[in-house]
Amino acid sequence: MATLKVNGEVKEVDVDDTTPLLWVLRDSLGLTGTKFGCGIAQCGACTVHVDGVPVRSCVYPAAAVTADQEITTIEGLSEDGSHPVQQAWVELDIPQCGYCQPGMIMAVAGLLNENPDASDEDIDQQITNICRCGTLARVRKGVHLAKTKA
Amino acid sequence: MADGYTVSRRNFIIGTSATGLTIGLMTACAPATEETATADAPAVAEAPEVNAWVHIAPDDTITIRIARSEMGQGTLTGLAQLVAEELNADWDKVTTEYPTPGENLARDRVWGDYATGGSRGIRGSHQYVREGGAAARMMLIEAAANEWGVSPADCTAEKSVISGPDGQTTTYGAVSTAAAALTPPTEIPLKDPADWTIAGQPLMRLDTVDKVTGVQQYGADISLPGMLTASIMQCPVRGGTLESFDAEAVMDRPGVKQVVKVDDVSVAVVADTWWQANEALKVLPVVWNKGEFADLDTAQINELVASGLDADEAFVGNVAGDAAAAIEGAEQIIEATYNYPFQNHATMEPMNATALWTEEKCEVWCPTQNGEAALAAASEAAELPITQCDVYKMLLGGGFGRRGGGDYVTQAVKIAKQMPGTPVKLLWSREEDMQHGFYHPITQAKVRGGLDADGNLTGLHLRIAGQSILAALMPGALRDGMDAFAFQSLLPAGVDPQMEDHTLSYGIDNLLIDHAMRNPPVRPGFWRGVNVNQNAIYMECFMDELAYAAGRDPLEFRLALMEDYPKNAAVLQTAAEAGGWGNDDGRGRGLAVCKAFGSYVAACAEVTVDDAGVLKIHKITAATDPGIAVNPQQIEAQVEGSFVYGLSGLLYGEITFENGEVQERNFDTYNSLRIAQMPEVETIVMASGGFWGGVGEPTIAVAAPAVLNAIHAATGKRIRQLPIKDQDLRAA
Repeated sequence: MATLKVNGEVKEVDVDDTTPLLWVLRDSLGLTGTKFGCGIAQCGACTVHVDGVPVRSCVYPAAAVTADQEITTIEGLSEDGSHPVQQAWVELDIPQCGYCQPGMIMAVAGLLNENPDASDEDIDQQITNICRCGTLARVRKGVHLAKTKA
Repeated sequence: MADGYTVSRRNFIIGTSATGLTIGLMTACAPATEETATADAPAVAEAPEVNAWVHIAPDDTITIRIARSEMGQGTLTGLAQLVAEELNADWDKVTTEYPTPGENLARDRVWGDYATGGSRGIRGSHQYVREGGAAARMMLIEAAANEWGVSPADCTAEKSVISGPDGQTTTYGAVSTAAAALTPPTEIPLKDPADWTIAGQPLMRLDTVDKVTGVQQYGADISLPGMLTASIMQCPVRGGTLESFDAEAVMDRPGVKQVVKVDDVSVAVVADTWWQANEALKVLPVVWNKGEFADLDTAQINELVASGLDADEAFVGNVAGDAAAAIEGAEQIIEATYNYPFQNHATMEPMNATALWTEEKCEVWCPTQNGEAALAAASEAAELPITQCDVYKMLLGGGFGRRGGGDYVTQAVKIAKQMPGTPVKLLWSREEDMQHGFYHPITQAKVRGGLDADGNLTGLHLRIAGQSILAALMPGALRDGMDAFAFQSLLPAGVDPQMEDHTLSYGIDNLLIDHAMRNPPVRPGFWRGVNVNQNAIYMECFMDELAYAAGRDPLEFRLALMEDYPKNAAVLQTAAEAGGWGNDDGRGRGLAVCKAFGSYVAACAEVTVDDAGVLKIHKITAATDPGIAVNPQQIEAQVEGSFVYGLSGLLYGEITFENGEVQERNFDTYNSLRIAQMPEVETIVMASGGFWGGVGEPTIAVAAPAVLNAIHAATGKRIRQLPIKDQDLRAA
C-alpha cells in the first residue's frame, strides 16, 4: 500500500514497489489522460509532474514518490483547461490525433515552470517528446504563445 | 444497452432518439430488424426511421454522423463542415458522432464505405455527405413551410433558423420531427464552392478541447466493469508458430488471471492490469517453432530485391518511344541506384482492442481505419453471425495506414472468447508494435537517363525492383500479376481514370518505367504516402542528378519537361520562388514535385551541413493544389505533419532483420524526428478549384527528395541510400 498525492488529493493505492507511476495513475486511479507510448522513457507520452518537474512516468517507480510530493497529471493541470499552455494549444489548434499531447503539454508546462521565458534553444533541449502526427511546428509556436499568457 | 456506454458514450449515439430525430437521404432504408436492433445497441436504432447524416435535437443541437475514421487528419471536422455548409447550419451547435459499422450493415450501408485511407476521407465522400446536408435543409424548410401554409420556395434558412415570406421564423430543432416524416428530395442541387461560408474556411477542429485536458478517450483508455487486460507475444519470426508455453510458471504472479493461446502464433497473459500482464508475459517460458524464415536477414532481403534491378522480366507501368535506344545513343549517360527500406508506422497509441464475447453477441471497442473490416474480423474470430457483432470505433491515436486491417481485433476477440462474459482489453507493447508491423515495402531502383549535347533529356528508364503491397494484402487487385499501385506518381496521364490521381509530372518522349516484383517474406502495408514515398525519391533525385550532369538549373530542367503539365509546374514554381530558389545565402536548396492522391504538390528544402557532417534542415516551403480546399488551416497542419513523418523516415526509419527477427524494438532504435530537428514549414495552399485532391498524404513524398537534393546542393554529395542516419554527410 502506498500513499500518493495526485492532483491535490491523497490516494491510497495497493501496488507493488516496482510498478511504474504511469500504471498506478492509469489502472489504479483511472487517470487515463496520461498515455502509454513506449515504456522506456523515449517518447514522453507519459509525462507528469512531480513537484512541478516533468518526469516520464512509465519508468518512474510509484514507490519513488513520497507521500508529501505533489503529483500533477493532465487532469490536474487546471480545473477547466485554462492553463496557459492549454489555452495556447486550443488557440493554435495544435493536436492532431492528440494521443501524445497530454505528455507534450505537461512537458511544456514543466519547461515554463522552470523557465518562463524559454527560448527556441531551450525548447530544442527540453522538449524531446515524440509526435508521429507531426504537430512539432505548431508545438514550438504554442510554447511561445503560452509564454504570453502566463 | 451494454455497460460500456457510460465510459465511452461520445462514440455512441446518445439516447436522445425519443426527443431528437434523424433526417435521411440516399436510399430509403428499411427499419432495423429486431435482431439488428439488438446487435446495434445504440439507441438510434429505435429512432424515427429515416436517418443518415443529420440528427437535430429540439434544442437545435446538430449531430452530424461521420462514417470515416478520425486519426488526427481532421476528416471529422472537414466532413462536418461540408454537411453543415449545405445544411446552412449554426456551426456553433454542431457535434459529430460515428454510426457503428453494425448499424451501417443493418441499414443497407447507408453511410457507404467506412475505409479511411488513401487520403480519401473527404474526396471519396464529399458528394454524398453534401447531398445529405442539402437534403436535410430542404426537408427542414419544407416542414416549416407546411406549418406556415406557404411555399418552401418562399422560405430561406440560415444558421439553423428558417424564415418565411411574412416574417415568420422558426428553428431547425422546432421542425425537425416534422421534417423527418417527409419524403426525401430526389433532386438535390449543391452550392458552388465559391459561395461557401463554413466549408472552405480555416475553422478550428471540433475535437481539440478534450485532447488538451486528458478527457479524450482512446481505445487504450477504455475501462469496462469487470474488465481484464491482456498483453500479447507473437512469434518473433513470421511464418513460425507457437510450440508451447508454461502457464503455471506465471499464474501465481500478482493479478494474473489466465494465460491464453490466442492462435497458432501467439500467446497472451490476462491480468487485472496491463503492467501485471506484461511483466508476467516477459518471464513466461515460451517455446517457438521459428519455421522456414528463422535465418532471414537484411542482407538476404537486399540481395533478393537487387536481383530485380537488371532482370529481363518486369511489369511495365509507363512506356513511350524507345527509351533503351535513346539512352544508348545519347551524348552522356547517367545512371544511379537508390533504395528505400522497410519502415514501421509506429503510431503513438500502440495497437489495441477491447472485446466482450458471449454466446449471443460480440462487441469490440477499437481504433480502426476501417470499421467494416474490423466488424468482419470480429465476427469471424467470434464465430458469430455478423449481425450479432458490432464495433464501437474509438478515436485513433494515429493510423498512417497501420489500422486498416484487423489483426489486433481478431486477437482481442480470440482472447475474450476464452473468457465469456468478461471484457478483455488487449494492448500491445511497443516492442510488439515494432516487431509485428505491416511495414513500408522495401524497394530499390536503377535509373538511367541519356542527355544530348545540349543537355536535353533524350530518354529515361526507371527500373523499380522490390516488394508489392497488393501482392501480399490484396492479390485480387493485381492486374495479370502487375501491381499498378507500385507505380504511384509515375503513371501515364490520361490513360487509366482509376490511376489518374498518381500520374507522372513530366512529358518524356522516350520513357520506360517498369517493376520487377521481388517479395521477401515480410508483411508489407500501406504506410502514409504508400508507394509515392520511394517513387518520388527515385524520380526527383534522379531529375536533380540529370540537371547537374547537363549543367542546367534543376528548376529550369524540370520545367522544360512540364509544358503539358501546368498544374504540376505551377506548384513547383511557387514552391521554388517562395522557398528562395536561386538565393545565394550559403544554404543548399533542393526541389521535388509530384502528383499524388489527386493533388499537385511540390517542396523546396533549405539545408546546411556543418564541418562535422551535422545536417540542419532550416526550412521547407511546400505548395499544394488540392483543387478544392475544405479547411486551409487543417491542410497546413497536414503538410507540416506529413513532413515530420516523412523526414523521420528519411533520417531514421529502417526496420532490419537478423535471424528472422526485427531488430528494432522501440523508439531507442527506431527514432522519430524531435522538435530540435523540425524545420520551419511554409505551406502555400493554391487550390485551383474544380477537383477534389487528397491532403493527408501527398506532401509527405516531396519532403525526402527535396532534402536529399538540398544536401547535394550544400555538399556535392549524393545520398542514395535511406535512412540518412550513420552516413557521412560532410562535403565531398
